[in-house]
Amino acid sequence: MTGVEIIAAAFARSDKRAALMPYLMGGFPDIEKSLAIGHAYADGGADLIELGIPYSDPLADGPVIQAAGAQALRAGSTVASVLEVAQELAGRLPVVVMCYANLVLSRGQDQFASALAQAGVSGLIVPDLPIEEAPTLLAACDDRGVALVPLVAPTTPDQRMAKIGSRARGFLYTVAVTGTTGERSQQPTDLAAVVKRARRYTDVPVAVGFGISTPQDADGAAQAGAQGVIVGTRLVRAAAESKDPAEAVRALVSDFAGALR
Amino acid sequence: MKAQAGLQHRFGPYGGQYVPETLMPALGELEAAWLEARDDPAFVDRLSVLLRDFAGRPTPLYLAERFSEKVGGTVYFKREDLLHTGAHKINNALGQALLAQRMGKSRIIAETGAGQHGVATATACALLGLECIVYMGAEDIRRQMPNVERMQLLGAAISPVEAGSGTLKDAVSEAIRDWVTNVATTHYIIGSAVGPAPYPVLVRDLQRVIGDEARSQMLQRTGRLPDRVIACVGGGSNAIGAFIPFADDKEVELIGVEAAGEGIASGRHGAPLTAGGKPGVLHGSLSAVLQDDEGQIAEAHSVSAGLDYPGSGPEHAWLRESGRARYVAVTDDDALAAFTSIAGLEGIIAALESSHALAWVEANPGDGIDLICLSGRGDKDLAEVRQRLNPSTSGP
Ligand SMILES: Cc1ncc(COP(=O)(O)O)c(C=O)c1O
Repeated sequence: MTGVEIIAAAFARSDKRAALMPYLMGGFPDIEKSLAIGHAYADGGADLIELGIPYSDPLADGPVIQAAGAQALRAGSTVASVLEVAQELAGRLPVVVMCYANLVLSRGQDQFASALAQAGVSGLIVPDLPIEEAPTLLAACDDRGVALVPLVAPTTPDQRMAKIGSRARGFLYTVAVTGTTGERSQQPTDLAAVVKRARRYTDVPVAVGFGISTPQDADGAAQAGAQGVIVGTRLVRAAAESKDPAEAVRALVSDFAGALR
Repeated sequence: MKAQAGLQHRFGPYGGQYVPETLMPALGELEAAWLEARDDPAFVDRLSVLLRDFAGRPTPLYLAERFSEKVGGTVYFKREDLLHTGAHKINNALGQALLAQRMGKSRIIAETGAGQHGVATATACALLGLECIVYMGAEDIRRQMPNVERMQLLGAAISPVEAGSGTLKDAVSEAIRDWVTNVATTHYIIGSAVGPAPYPVLVRDLQRVIGDEARSQMLQRTGRLPDRVIACVGGGSNAIGAFIPFADDKEVELIGVEAAGEGIASGRHGAPLTAGGKPGVLHGSLSAVLQDDEGQIAEAHSVSAGLDYPGSGPEHAWLRESGRARYVAVTDDDALAAFTSIAGLEGIIAALESSHALAWVEANPGDGIDLICLSGRGDKDLAEVRQRLNPSTSGP
């Protein structure tokens, strides 16, 4: 099966109202523990895993994920070592890599897509690569069956959303809030409107991320029409705060999964 | 590459818009607003009146006789150091603040390294009654304290950035994150010819007044063009402003001077254009950038906060690659020496940034006419220089 097909099957197979996709910072707090956290996500009931490759200048991330990425880099994590984590986890769940543009360009777009395919990675999200800059990478990913997942935001106008939606592979990453990643005490009031617009303009599932902090938020996103829910900062913070990160995130992920069943 | 009816997005392969999707509509809006404003006589007139009466344009073209004698050529300084707030940064800040007002954005954010762009932006915001938040690295706050106090006096809120090395790169990243969050109400006044399109063109358009004035002053004064135009390059805004009006004058050599820090070979420098290496994406555009083998952005090092940046404007990367300009670098020590010597020689305390350009000319004299962009004045640098030259004395 290609990555695109694996992702489609994961959404179809999910026993929840929306597929649950926890975010894992690769190499945080170190490579070994991040692998354990990934397994705990699977144990807790995740349907897919979004695996972040740490980057020096993550423009789309708030303080918690920034700090985790910086720690992962200090601990010596590299693109190659995170792809090894990906390969291990891909045996259990579909893995979608989240990676900033410069890491992709530095290796070369074809080479990067090949490395993903070789590691069994199903999809790729590049948060600082809008569709205007993406044609080469899209072709490279298409050639290898890796889904290049684009993002839309509340600020994205309809016409642009249609363009992005038509080029989406795997799923359409719908940013719930105007802002960077991070927990928020209040969910955006217009979430349903954004999700509705996103669904109108694409054939692939719409997954909502950024700011989903509690199981209630996840439930709210599903009620707003999301077909997938991405939980990031809440889990990274739990991993950072706990002596036993794997156990802490397993419990949390199963709470999120419960809220979506 | 896409066919763009609007402003230039790419310079050869460099430039582009590598930003989160949330910002894409705002970049489009900014581009449309600038295309409209720069063709609107009322806007152009308002800006030029402010540049004249508030900022002090045109700045003089000064024949530096004693410096010329010392280096054995003919050297003119374009005196951007005489501008209100003390550097060329005010040209850009006034233009963008006016544009923000025209766009109905009442909240302004900016990043600053040396503090000159922060002061210029705080000044423009005070003048126009706009809210102003300045992101500044913790390390730069320490070494540019006088400018921090000026910004506060002007009513700006300073937001310290602890991430990374606590310098300009981190301040730009944090400003972009603020913009992603508050894009509906906020305009980001970027301080150099960097960032995603349309910023490199917008900043170039606003800074080319340096070269436009200097070119006609030079023609009027000497009846000819200079042989070389020399400017320091941090992100590259004073340099692009000085260079562009001479770009079609093929006989004029264009030389950008970067920060060699502790020496290019040491790896501790701020000279991506000089050092070469593969291009990379930083702060929204593809250009020359300091990075490791995997593409992690490296930290820059320079005694001068304004040149302490691992990236460079995309148009400079193209001017280098096309051979139209060349880029060289000057060490901390040589810049400090020039800072001191030019004060005694010409009675001008030049910014440490500009001192890099002076030092390069001192070491590489021409036999014709040189035009150096003296991008700013060095009052802000006194404490840092004193400490560097005599480490036993404590700071202010
Ligand atoms: C006086 C002065 N010159 C030069 C620079 C470098 O910026 P740029 O390369 O954009 O001109 C700065 C930046 O702070 C500055 O203050």
